[in-house]
Amino acid sequence: MKVALFVPCFIDAFFAEVGIATLELLERLGVEVDYPLGQTCCGQPLANSGCQADAAPVEALFVENFKGYEYIVAPSGSCTHHVRHHFDAIEQTEEVQQVRARTFELVEFLHDVLKVDALPWAEFPHKVGLHNSCGTLRALRHASMTELGEPEFSKPMTLLSMVKGISFASPSRPDECCGFGGTFSVFEEPVSAKMGYDKVNDHKAAGAEYIVSADSSCLMHQKGCADRLGLDLKFIHIAQILNGARA
Amino acid sequence: MKRIDHAEASSHFIAETEHEAFHDRRLWDLRQKRDRESQTIPEWQALRDLASAIKEHTLTHLAGYLEQFEAKAKANGVQVHWALDAEEHNRIVHDILAARAVRTLVKSKSMLTEECELRPYLERRGIEVVETDLGERIQQLDDEPPSHIVVPAVHKLRGDVADVFTRTLGTDALNDDPHYLSEQQRVKTRPYFLKAEAGMTGGNFAVAETGGVVVCTNEGNADLSANVPPLFIASVGIEKLVPRLADLAVFVRLLSRSALGSPITQYTSHFRSPRDGGEMHIVLVDNGRAERLGMEKFWTSLKCIRCGACMNTCPVYRRSGGLSYGAVYSGPIGIILNPTHDLRKYSSLPFASTLNGSCTNVCPVKINIHEQIYHWRRIIAEHNQLPFVKKAAMKMAGRLLASPKMYRRSINVTDAAIEHLPRFLLYSRFNAWGRQREVPATPDQTFHAWYLKNRRMDGKTPS
Amino acid sequence: MSSRDMILEAVQRNQPPAAPLPEVPLFDDAAEPPLPRFKASLERMGGKLAEPSADADLAAWVAERYSGLRVLCSAVPEIAGTRRIEAAQAPKELEDVELAITRAAFAVAETGSIYLSERELIVNALGYLTQHLLVLLDPADIVGNLHHAFARPEFAEARYSVLMSGPSATADIEGVLIHGAQGVRSLTVALVAK
Repeated sequence: MKVALFVPCFIDAFFAEVGIATLELLERLGVEVDYPLGQTCCGQPLANSGCQADAAPVEALFVENFKGYEYIVAPSGSCTHHVRHHFDAIEQTEEVQQVRARTFELVEFLHDVLKVDALPWAEFPHKVGLHNSCGTLRALRHASMTELGEPEFSKPMTLLSMVKGISFASPSRPDECCGFGGTFSVFEEPVSAKMGYDKVNDHKAAGAEYIVSADSSCLMHQKGCADRLGLDLKFIHIAQILNGARA
Repeated sequence: MKRIDHAEASSHFIAETEHEAFHDRRLWDLRQKRDRESQTIPEWQALRDLASAIKEHTLTHLAGYLEQFEAKAKANGVQVHWALDAEEHNRIVHDILAARAVRTLVKSKSMLTEECELRPYLERRGIEVVETDLGERIQQLDDEPPSHIVVPAVHKLRGDVADVFTRTLGTDALNDDPHYLSEQQRVKTRPYFLKAEAGMTGGNFAVAETGGVVVCTNEGNADLSANVPPLFIASVGIEKLVPRLADLAVFVRLLSRSALGSPITQYTSHFRSPRDGGEMHIVLVDNGRAERLGMEKFWTSLKCIRCGACMNTCPVYRRSGGLSYGAVYSGPIGIILNPTHDLRKYSSLPFASTLNGSCTNVCPVKINIHEQIYHWRRIIAEHNQLPFVKKAAMKMAGRLLASPKMYRRSINVTDAAIEHLPRFLLYSRFNAWGRQREVPATPDQTFHAWYLKNRRMDGKTPS
Repeated sequence: MSSRDMILEAVQRNQPPAAPLPEVPLFDDAAEPPLPRFKASLERMGGKLAEPSADADLAAWVAERYSGLRVLCSAVPEIAGTRRIEAAQAPKELEDVELAITRAAFAVAETGSIYLSERELIVNALGYLTQHLLVLLDPADIVGNLHHAFARPEFAEARYSVLMSGPSATADIEGVLIHGAQGVRSLTVALVAK
């Protein structure tokens, strides 16, 4: 199985360890991973701002980098959501449609494609609160949604439950958006920060030591909030825990 | 028209910490009640599908249903009027009232009459207008628009209401008990029901097969307004049509459960024909609705039944308050309705959303609200209505991200100064990221650099 | 061109491609016995259910239950009241009514609603200007859910129809639930066979 790794721009720039953990984890699971060196971004920040014309060359470059692979895997729910459900600034050729259909977020790739059932190397002796980003929760359907009253399921929880020593904190509003929202975080700064404060306080009150998520962007925002509030909370991407990080 | 600055307005709302905390808690409580109540109905999702399909059918056959409704209503002895826009609506209502020398009008809450700004129109012409819904009355007395389409004064605490009532109704300034305040309002409003020569309501639904208008309230004030004075006028948006009584059942089952988490409103009333000695008018109002029907991406917003569930679930609405939207309709539904009225004025609203999608999940008629918000952003960018700083940043980011070389150069961190990181991540509207949040720690290296060092022996940067 | 014709023309022009009208099922596969469900729903909506014994003197029962009230306006033959609704000339005359008594045409178990129209109220305002409302209901007249309710002929026949579900209520100030916002302060449904 030949897989291309997509490391979104802000993970590349700020969270190299998340990209490394993703790569190592996939390799541990026997996947042959390519990292196309010409990659930059999926175009999401531009498209989410309505700027289709600015997004078009970025989307075209994405396709150029990732065409022909069996799977494209990214440790980011929101980027995967963009590629799969939006990504229409460019002409929808067969090649484009193929790249879009083959792009997977890491958790769903592990859960749905590789059908991982054991992570013997993983051990995380801490109490964690899971944050499902809105993109993973409602667009990629990582987990059941409280508004729909559907039978409970959670792909990230299924994976995290394979980790030795881990325990879970249950925040009171598990589905509430943390307020990152891409450029929302700066253009709607007052509400964004308040949502972030409420989110980290909710996790803290539930007894979390760590907040874990499949989205580094949410974590970056929440960490910024927790640090400003002086809350003793740590943040970690799910790829790192699944790859065997101990702290 | 000046652009609404939602972010700025929200900062004032959040600064009132006690108000903001209560507002968030109260509306979240309504959301949870909605969740619990909907889960007691096994066919809940089937009802949502039906409601959506009935509305889509009706809207795609609307002209025929409007004609059927009109014919039925006329046969029932109701006088039917048609208003192209707010101005014509107000003129029609005023003409009816003036012809009968009406001096006092009691009315129940109607978002349509808010949209048309009927109250000031009539007041300028010497007609006393009394809102009789408690929340709406509070807002009228405080000279503020409703901040929520179902609970108009939800942004106020009891002390605020006590202040308003002390100032306007002469209540005891030291008594802010909601029971006392509510009772005072009852006692002071009742004489108006007896004195008014006319009563007015909006309409939650209009049933084509009966020619009847359906009004749902909890206080019974719509029934008082319609049943006590000799003249009754109902203003109804043309999108409120449903074909049959059988369809009405679906919507009534969904409406209050979605809005407040209660099985039904206390009063669900079907006004079909004037009572003996009474007079009944229905004003059918377009005011931009026919035009919206022709907008491919947005016409399904006309399915809205004004339950407010999208507002209750919206984390942005809960923390910014309805008035921050600067429009008649606030929250997610307001974001997709208002730009059809004035794109420039409301151009910031589609950005007052994290696109989290919760609104779409709770919508009883399955409007894809967050997808429409997303699409409005494109329309706004296409019409050149983005703020300059955002437009410039996006243009720059687009150029950067389309070129691996330029991109690598810009984030090629050796000693990693933060200003070299991609601008769109941290570019600031007055350094907005860092005002209430810490900036992420400076990384040692990018993933890309690590990869080249550890996995690519040639260590070459791609061209 | 009139506004009417302009609106209809614009609607016609802008109507998206036709979507079909679905049939609405009655959703009564799992219908529970109606009376207990009606009682639970009514109480949840803030109403009360009374079950006077079948051989009780209704007038005496009312007099005892509402002993503090003086103006009792009745629209039912079973209970005389202090005033007959048929005597009212205008809605305003009902302003001083403390207890109104009528009979529901039917009730809805799902929502605890009772159905009233001008046929039961005679003067519609009776149901709203009174301080308290007592509604007789034959337990045989309870339908399971709103689908059955709206399938009844009454809505198409009556000029004014209301599904009344508990007393007047508001939670507009800090979400505090208050009964008797504008309409009746209390609603009691008494099970009395026709």
